Amino acid sequence: MKLAYWMYAGPAHIGTLRVASSFRNVHAIMHAPLGDDYFNVMRSTSERERDFTPVTASVVDRHVLARGSQEKVINNISRKDEEQHPDLIVLTPTCTSSISQEDLQNFVDRASLSSESDVIPADVNYYRVNELQAADRTLEQITRFYLDRARKRSTLDRSVTNAPSANIIGIFTSGFHNQHDCRELKRLPGELGIAVNQVIPEGGSLKYLKDLPRAWFNTVPYREVGLMTATFPEKEYGMPYISTTPMGISDTADFIAQIGKLVNVWASALSEKRLNYTLYVENQTKFVSQAAWFSKSIDCQNLAGKEAAIFGDATHAASITKILVKEMGIRVSCSGTYCKHDAEWFNEQVQGLCDEVLVTEDHTEVGDTIARIEPSAIFGTQMERHIGKRIDIPCGVISSPVHIQNFPLGYRPSLGYEGTNQIADLIYNSFNLGMEDHSLDVFGGHDTKEVSTKSLSTDRRDINWTPEAESEPNRIPGFVRGRTKKNTEVSAKQNDIPEITIDVTYAAKEKSSP
Amino acid sequence: MKTLEMPTFECETGNYHTSCPISCVAWLYQKIEDSSFLVVGTKTRGYFLQSALGVMIFAEPRYAMAELEEGDISAQLNDQKELERICLRVKNDRNPSVIIWIGTCTTEIIKMDLEGIAPKLEKQLGIPIVVARANGLDHAFTQGEDTVSAAMTHRCPEYNHRTTNQRKGDVARRVGVDMVAPNKFVSDEELKLSRCNLVLFGSLPSSVASQSNLESRRQSVSVSGWLPSQRYTELPALGEGVYVCGVNPFLSRTAATLMRRRKCQLIGSPFPIGPDGTRAWIEKICSVFNVKPEGLEERENQIWKSLSDYLEVITGKSIFFMGDNLLEISLARFLIRCGMVVYEVGIPYMDKRYQAAELLLLQHTCEKMKKPTPRIVEKPDNYSQVQRMHELQPDLAITGMAHANPLEARDIDTKWSVEFTFAQIHGSVNARDAPELVTRPLRRRNDSILGCRSLSRQTVDV
Repeated sequence: MKLAYWMYAGPAHIGTLRVASSFRNVHAIMHAPLGDDYFNVMRSTSERERDFTPVTASVVDRHVLARGSQEKVINNISRKDEEQHPDLIVLTPTCTSSISQEDLQNFVDRASLSSESDVIPADVNYYRVNELQAADRTLEQITRFYLDRARKRSTLDRSVTNAPSANIIGIFTSGFHNQHDCRELKRLPGELGIAVNQVIPEGGSLKYLKDLPRAWFNTVPYREVGLMTATFPEKEYGMPYISTTPMGISDTADFIAQIGKLVNVWASALSEKRLNYTLYVENQTKFVSQAAWFSKSIDCQNLAGKEAAIFGDATHAASITKILVKEMGIRVSCSGTYCKHDAEWFNEQVQGLCDEVLVTEDHTEVGDTIARIEPSAIFGTQMERHIGKRIDIPCGVISSPVHIQNFPLGYRPSLGYEGTNQIADLIYNSFNLGMEDHSLDVFGGHDTKEVSTKSLSTDRRDINWTPEAESEPNRIPGFVRGRTKKNTEVSAKQNDIPEITIDVTYAAKEKSSP
Repeated sequence: MKTLEMPTFECETGNYHTSCPISCVAWLYQKIEDSSFLVVGTKTRGYFLQSALGVMIFAEPRYAMAELEEGDISAQLNDQKELERICLRVKNDRNPSVIIWIGTCTTEIIKMDLEGIAPKLEKQLGIPIVVARANGLDHAFTQGEDTVSAAMTHRCPEYNHRTTNQRKGDVARRVGVDMVAPNKFVSDEELKLSRCNLVLFGSLPSSVASQSNLESRRQSVSVSGWLPSQRYTELPALGEGVYVCGVNPFLSRTAATLMRRRKCQLIGSPFPIGPDGTRAWIEKICSVFNVKPEGLEERENQIWKSLSDYLEVITGKSIFFMGDNLLEISLARFLIRCGMVVYEVGIPYMDKRYQAAELLLLQHTCEKMKKPTPRIVEKPDNYSQVQRMHELQPDLAITGMAHANPLEARDIDTKWSVEFTFAQIHGSVNARDAPELVTRPLRRRNDSILGCRSLSRQTVDV
């Protein structure tokens, strides 16, 4: 048993439902008690979805518990089949069905005899995997199901398309800025003369899944979901994939270079001239993306040496760390992820870029770390935004979990060249603006708020401040106030001073200044 | 003798959307100030709570998950030891006066003996532990509160005539705190007050609760306590001779427990939602205590008059309740009285005994307003309901969030049912809140398309 107040990644079935409901005409039936279909609420509110979420529950109640589901699940499958004629029905297990150990495979076998739709059970172990892993697995399962079937029926078209083409794997519902990233990702290869063969699962149709291997290669923009789906065609059909996330200028250039390499392998065979993207990359970097210019401009000077803390899913946290350090010269004190299952990769990515790496699913640990470091800005999830609010540190949201305000209506990709612009804006706006910062320094701050002694860790104050001394830190600009206070207390403790008077604060200040 | 048209009851498949009953912790932890809630269940429930409660989760809530892991499910870990460890942490972190365990579907299925473990840990930790099984196997949404209240009834002190008489002054003082005008006491009246021992059950925001106190006080009936109370340590005394009355339609289990286990006498009345409901509620209470209600009719008329701007908008409009939180019958009754036509009242569960008075009032209202009696659909089937809605084309659908946006996209105006659970809709003072919610989508349409005058609170409430 674990005491928990909040979690970064949801339970497994959410991942399965996200994948299933992203495909066109796929229906998911959850084997779950009443009230567990809140995925529908999440999807229709945060994504402002106009259509009914294609998820229904086959409700587990007392009767089911006592006698087993018997015909109930099968009836629900057949009913959905008749009502809505989906291409596929995914029977989704939940924690309840894994404990009650109902034989979902058996239900599926029996239901598929009578239904026109295909029926499969999501092969996900509730207690072993989280939302992201389950989504990854389900996407692979569905893709494999249709590719294997096509091969058995010999309808699998394995000839590659004439013109170079790519699949985009892993864009789906409730993903962080996924819709915008998708548009950007379609545009980017387009400008390189590469067609997009298919995007899955978002808006993908199962009828055409068999044509997936016709693309020259696969791209997996996010690490969390899609890698499994990309690796099996690589093994079975020799289809290469690119797993670099085109986020930030250098990674986007790297992404394009990899595309160039893959395309040129075929170029000689198709007797076309070799493609060279260097000029394109240069032009985009210099003029389409403003990020390179921005980091040279005087604005960005003020950011030099400022400290930031980063937390999010593996993809976004790693990419943002790279952008901050390599492209903007910002010091990253701590970079972390909640994707524990991918810790090795994450460590490798941020190695040498940050002072410490934090891999945890516990938001209090994240909060305490941030409170200890006191960075000038945080880049994290919705949770870090709230942590930032409590300790008065600005936060830019860079990764799921997020809420409705991070499903913007306007165009806000994080990937590609437009993505670099968006990220530069986000980063710049999150730090206090340069001149404002400077004048606060000079004039001792314009806010008359109480000193913030808020700390997330249980803050036991065993040291007293005299009223005059208490007011002293108020004259220090807000963003360094906490640290100054702490230094003073540490210094007082070291010198066995029981009460902090105004003299002590000055002494501490003298000692800490170089 | 004229017979009333009985509403028809139907029961569908139960494939409907509602919130998990554990969501009751969201309002109960705020109501019971010194409590701490511990939801014992899997990640599914935790994720539900955090996505359902949105912003509240960040405000250092006094609730937490005891998240079950594989070892708990397969009984490799000892439940009692695990719970002990977690409750000890909760005790150290929050120091609550009571810990309330919310059992979930998972604890039901693996048959975790929460009721058995609780007394042992209670002794060990020196802190009361109340167990409520608010699971989706048996309950829907607001019924979660019902299970918690029912569990709390066992913790209320025993009512004793003699001791209460000694503490009479004490009680009066406590009531006085809640009163707006406590100085109107007359000793004669006070004597009368102590005769009627009335405990109201149902969790209402404290302001609404004291409004209700005041309202019955006006009729010389004093409320001696609430279940749940503002603090766990202030639970009301129960026992023979205590009258109890519910303020919400989803509290049938609590009502049954109060009657059977604590020997209280239940006052079956319509619920104080809408001016008509509030009046009927008070009248019923008065009749039990042999008090002649005064000025109720004028008061009701006055409230109706103050609603006239809203009534203008909704009279003649049609409405469809998909069914979610068990407030449906009372709301339908109120809205029919407002002049609306109700096509269908979906409801998760219908206790015809506990809601008998409310159902009767519904019939009377339909007759009085010359409106057809709506069909009442228990355990509705959302898919079929949407089909029916396509045929009926109601002006408004009261529905859960899962269906709201899709229905709006299909040109059916909606109001989310969950808002009625959290809004203050009880009593005469709050009579405007329910029509405010109901008319919001309708006013919006008028404003944008027909350019009608705005009915928003700022311009009208003068």
